[in-house]
Amino acid sequence: MWEYSDKVREHFFNPRNSGPLEQANGIGDVGSIQCGDALRLMLKVDPDTEIIQDAHFQTFGCGSAIASSSALTEIIKGMTLDQALEVSNQNIADYLDGLPPEKMHCSVMGREALQAAIANYRGEEWSDDHEEGALICKCFAIDAVMIEDVVQANDLNTVEEVTFYTKAGGGCAACHEGIEEILAKVKAERAGPGEVSPPPACPATPEAPKPPAKKLSIVEKVKKIEEVLESVRPMLQRDHGDVELADVQGKKIYVHLKGACSGCMMEAATLGGIQQKMIESLGELVQVLPSSHMPAEA
Amino acid sequence: MEQKPIYLDNNATTPVDSAVVEAMLPFFTEHFGNASSIHAFGSEVGKALKKARSQVQTLLGAEHDSEIIFTSCGTESDSTAILSALKAQPERNTVITTNVEHPAILALCEWLEKEGCVVHKLKVDKKGRIDMDEYKSLLNDRVAVVSAMWANNETGTIFPVEEMAELASAKGIMFHTDAVQAVGKIPIDLKKSKIDMLSLSGHKLHAPKGIGVLYLRRGCRFRPLLRGGHQERGRRAGTENSPSIVGLGKACELAMQKMNFENTEVRRLRDRLEKGILSRVTHCFPTGDLSNRLPNTSNIAFEYIEGEAILLLLNKMGIAGSSGSACTSGSLEPSHVMRAMGIPYTAAHGTIRFSLSVYNTEEEIDRVIEAVPPIIAQLRKLSPYWADKGPTDNPETEFAPIYA
Repeated sequence: MWEYSDKVREHFFNPRNSGPLEQANGIGDVGSIQCGDALRLMLKVDPDTEIIQDAHFQTFGCGSAIASSSALTEIIKGMTLDQALEVSNQNIADYLDGLPPEKMHCSVMGREALQAAIANYRGEEWSDDHEEGALICKCFAIDAVMIEDVVQANDLNTVEEVTFYTKAGGGCAACHEGIEEILAKVKAERAGPGEVSPPPACPATPEAPKPPAKKLSIVEKVKKIEEVLESVRPMLQRDHGDVELADVQGKKIYVHLKGACSGCMMEAATLGGIQQKMIESLGELVQVLPSSHMPAEA
Repeated sequence: MEQKPIYLDNNATTPVDSAVVEAMLPFFTEHFGNASSIHAFGSEVGKALKKARSQVQTLLGAEHDSEIIFTSCGTESDSTAILSALKAQPERNTVITTNVEHPAILALCEWLEKEGCVVHKLKVDKKGRIDMDEYKSLLNDRVAVVSAMWANNETGTIFPVEEMAELASAKGIMFHTDAVQAVGKIPIDLKKSKIDMLSLSGHKLHAPKGIGVLYLRRGCRFRPLLRGGHQERGRRAGTENSPSIVGLGKACELAMQKMNFENTEVRRLRDRLEKGILSRVTHCFPTGDLSNRLPNTSNIAFEYIEGEAILLLLNKMGIAGSSGSACTSGSLEPSHVMRAMGIPYTAAHGTIRFSLSVYNTEEEIDRVIEAVPPIIAQLRKLSPYWADKGPTDNPETEFAPIYA
């Protein structure tokens, strides 16, 4: 079964603020019975100060869906609506000392419910926001806007990551091409004008990008490798993991995966993501391997 | 005081019987030899394998002991059977199966489709039964093999495989059955059937994991999956897993002795459990073909709540079951078996399978009957589809979340 943190288990076994809230003046209903998660968030907002005086939830879902809902209500109580809108799905996951990657969508659902409830309080039509996006994943009814938001907020790079965060792409796989297009689009926007690079190839079979103008010296190469590792470390540290450079031998880059990353079932995906970034940064095909694969000293 | 845990997940795997362990132990130490060797170390092992083969033969009612091929697991037996049928009959490219099979069959068939085979998956009705007329209409001379499970792992529903095999045989079509859930739980007499191939898995009947059997009827055309040494008459190369084979033989002997107990006492406890829960919990129902299923399996759908949450709370009480919900399977959709039977999403996510064994006691069953209702009530209190004493008046419309 899943490796849930003690905090997740605790919030599941003793959920805070569950059940209907009589004086609720903002209600957000999100989720889908099809994929087995649905959440109703109820807020009691002080009309003068816009402070959330109370928050309750009702959830149809698994252990982490219930724990995420419980955590969300605890986080937002006492906040103003504008403060609450700043709460991200990652904040919810962090509050629970992390969620298994396959369960990140539970925290995403929490954030969506919060936006929906606040829109409901303000008399806005929150769903309009959603209808703008084309439906990408038909299995789980996830649209382009939702995927784009989550990709941007969490700095996602692969279809697999998108599936973990949103479920999109987790069913029939027909939408993987669509998700790749969104990833490429967000990436192009991130890179800024003039730096548009082609959409990322699947990490398992990277294609060689154009060679750089001149060959990098070994010092330049190691510097670039360190830069790439620095850029991914915050993401890994959020999941209580870490990475550091072990050695470079020709086209093979060996890294130490530390903390939660070592032995994690997502190790291959993590390395694949790092490899993709390395290839882009160095402009040559390289392989990123765990330090355990290093050849023994002669 | 911590109470002893209650294991009701025997369709997932079973504990190895202590008599089986005892029978196996000498084959790790004093009888470590290779059965192929000429010397005394090997010949003792050879005799033990022969005995085990006949113990399996007896449980299956096979005519010849040479029809028993030891493999590493049920999945290997399944793959061997279907790939063999296709390879041995290159003029045939079609496989008929059902859409409620175990992934060992379904995932293989999906891959075969990509490789150019034609796969027909029989649909099932609300009780998980296939339509025999649909089946008959698909039998033609392009079909290499029919593969249908003897009993379903999730609901215990039994397919009429003997009748299906007769129909296939009449058209000259090979018939395979994945019987990993059926063997040891219901009487099987293969010599009286037209079944050509059958898969079984040791760990489902109190033998260890890592041992399986493919029954191959004498005269059935065959191509091995693993080639190499002459073990299993060249039909499955690789040094025999002698401790596990001996263990499986012993487990088959015990299963034969307990067959009557399984179909009377275990059935009684299963029925007691099911009735006890159904009478105490509203808005839940058993799934599958209740009048024709394994004696040890009860699959109950609890509406408006989700299975993983139920399992976590049961686990806290020391009770082990399993669920067809999306979250527990690691996939994102609820069980394909529940979907195939048309169980609505509000119930499919809340299905819990209790699977008993001959080791369960009435006292355990009564503890489970007591434990379940408060757990269901607790989760329903959290559910947006649930009001005070029942589902909201119109659950599907009253709570209609965005992007549902």
